[in-house]
Amino acid sequence: MAHLDVARIQHDFPILKQEVNGRRLVYLDNAATTQKPRQVIDALVQYYETTNANIHRGIHTLAVRATDQYEAVRGKVAAHIGAANSADVVFTRNTTESINLVARAWGDANVGEGDEIVLSLMEHHSNIVPWQLLARRKGAVLRYADVRDDGTLDLDSLRALVGRRTRLVSVVHMSNVLGTINPVAEIAAMAHAQGALVLVDGAQSAPHVPLDVDTLGCDFFAFSAHKMLGPTGVGVLWAKPGLLETMDPFLGGGEMISVVKPEGSTWAQVPHKFEAGTPNIADVIAFGAALDYLRHLGMEAVREHEKAITAAAIEALTRLPGVTIHGPRNVGIRGGAVSFSVDGIHPHDVSTIVDSYGVAIRAGHHCAQLLMRRLGVPATNRASFYIYNDERDLQTLIEALRQAIKVFTHDSARTAV
Amino acid sequence: MTAPEPQFDDFYRELILDHFRRPRNRGELADPTHRLEGVNPVCGDEIQLDLLIKAGQIDDIAFTGSGCSISQCSASMLTERLKGRSVAEAAKVLSGVRAMLIEGTPPGPDLGDLESLEGVARLPVRVKCALLSWNVLQDGLNSAAGA
Repeated sequence: MAHLDVARIQHDFPILKQEVNGRRLVYLDNAATTQKPRQVIDALVQYYETTNANIHRGIHTLAVRATDQYEAVRGKVAAHIGAANSADVVFTRNTTESINLVARAWGDANVGEGDEIVLSLMEHHSNIVPWQLLARRKGAVLRYADVRDDGTLDLDSLRALVGRRTRLVSVVHMSNVLGTINPVAEIAAMAHAQGALVLVDGAQSAPHVPLDVDTLGCDFFAFSAHKMLGPTGVGVLWAKPGLLETMDPFLGGGEMISVVKPEGSTWAQVPHKFEAGTPNIADVIAFGAALDYLRHLGMEAVREHEKAITAAAIEALTRLPGVTIHGPRNVGIRGGAVSFSVDGIHPHDVSTIVDSYGVAIRAGHHCAQLLMRRLGVPATNRASFYIYNDERDLQTLIEALRQAIKVFTHDSARTAV
Repeated sequence: MTAPEPQFDDFYRELILDHFRRPRNRGELADPTHRLEGVNPVCGDEIQLDLLIKAGQIDDIAFTGSGCSISQCSASMLTERLKGRSVAEAAKVLSGVRAMLIEGTPPGPDLGDLESLEGVARLPVRVKCALLSWNVLQDGLNSAAGA
């Protein structure tokens, strides 16, 4: 794992220096949210100490400074995903809001009765429920592409579902449960051939893999800052050039208008048309520091680091008795979110025991109940890795899991007392 | 190892070896007077509780379900503690268990082995697992009182 200087990276994360339950904190819940480096925390403090002002309408110095800093992050976001124009980048609260924006502002105008939206069984609830609500409003129909037993998307099943009534195909780029990276470019070509648009949920891919929206070929790309070193409360929606201009506003209010008259209003230019009200200025600016941090590391190096630690994790987990991994084994087609089951031990029990060793993993349905049903499990354990995790973290996890297995399978003489 | 030994190992060992591996009164009654179900939607824990209540007495009791060890052990202990006891005693034990798990009140002598669930009060996110079967029991006692 020489792709990143992990020891130096760990030094940048104040939260990792603490003990939890008397043990060194081993944070392996990165698919839920990542920790924040000193640089991001400092950017947040510095903004409030030196810059704080409302953006876009102010003439005074601080307002101009805040506006410049906020708008500069739009450019950094565009660069991170390989987008040509920063005007195609809309700031939202999170991935969920980005998808809801599309369901409302694009869906309401473009999806009608009997039209179809194609999803997959590996979607996060955030890429299911907004479409269920849209389908209910418009009388549209949802179709779900299957997931194969090996945790990959069943492309044949997807192809069979995409037809002339399909208006949108909305799929996850990297599964938050299985780690699977879906062949988005192929899916986009399939959808476009039928005249449908494509939304990609990039919440798990934007933090972990080099991105280029042109290569992906999608029409919308959504992700969250907090899963990639940034603060909570900032999401991104990118749309293919020209697409946002055709859409109606999502929320109405200040910031998103051009002229307001008693009988009606006209809208601001994109992307401001979709950013009603005072946005999360401080957190967007701090997100800029997170994007700088990742750019300095290089997304290729981030990806290689995670491939190495994920391969080591899969190998070590496979060697534990009674452990089943859900998702592909090949790190070439997967990211660092590793779900597993332990025979005879409920994930909540596993999570409680490993937590007592200072190890933070996630247990539950991971907001993917359709996938849990497909896998035939009520819940799974999930360890998910990031730039500051190393071999030692993995060893601590494995040791804690060994203890959990021992507690549940080892007949201690203690009970006889 | 220099780090302190994790405190939940003992708690788990005691609980699991005794009730998780050999659950008491697991199954369904042939002719229950009350059959009630409860789920924790967040965890997916499920409990079905069968009660045979006659003349203010729990003559028989059984449970089925699936979920984490805490939810299933708690249900097993519930049935063991309340089989053959009066409805009035059941209500008293129920409120003692709730006080122990929710308010951290030290368990009284009437809780018996249920005191081994005391450690769950230190795991706030797991309290609902331990309470599931007791909330189902509450429904049963309510419907017995209404009948």
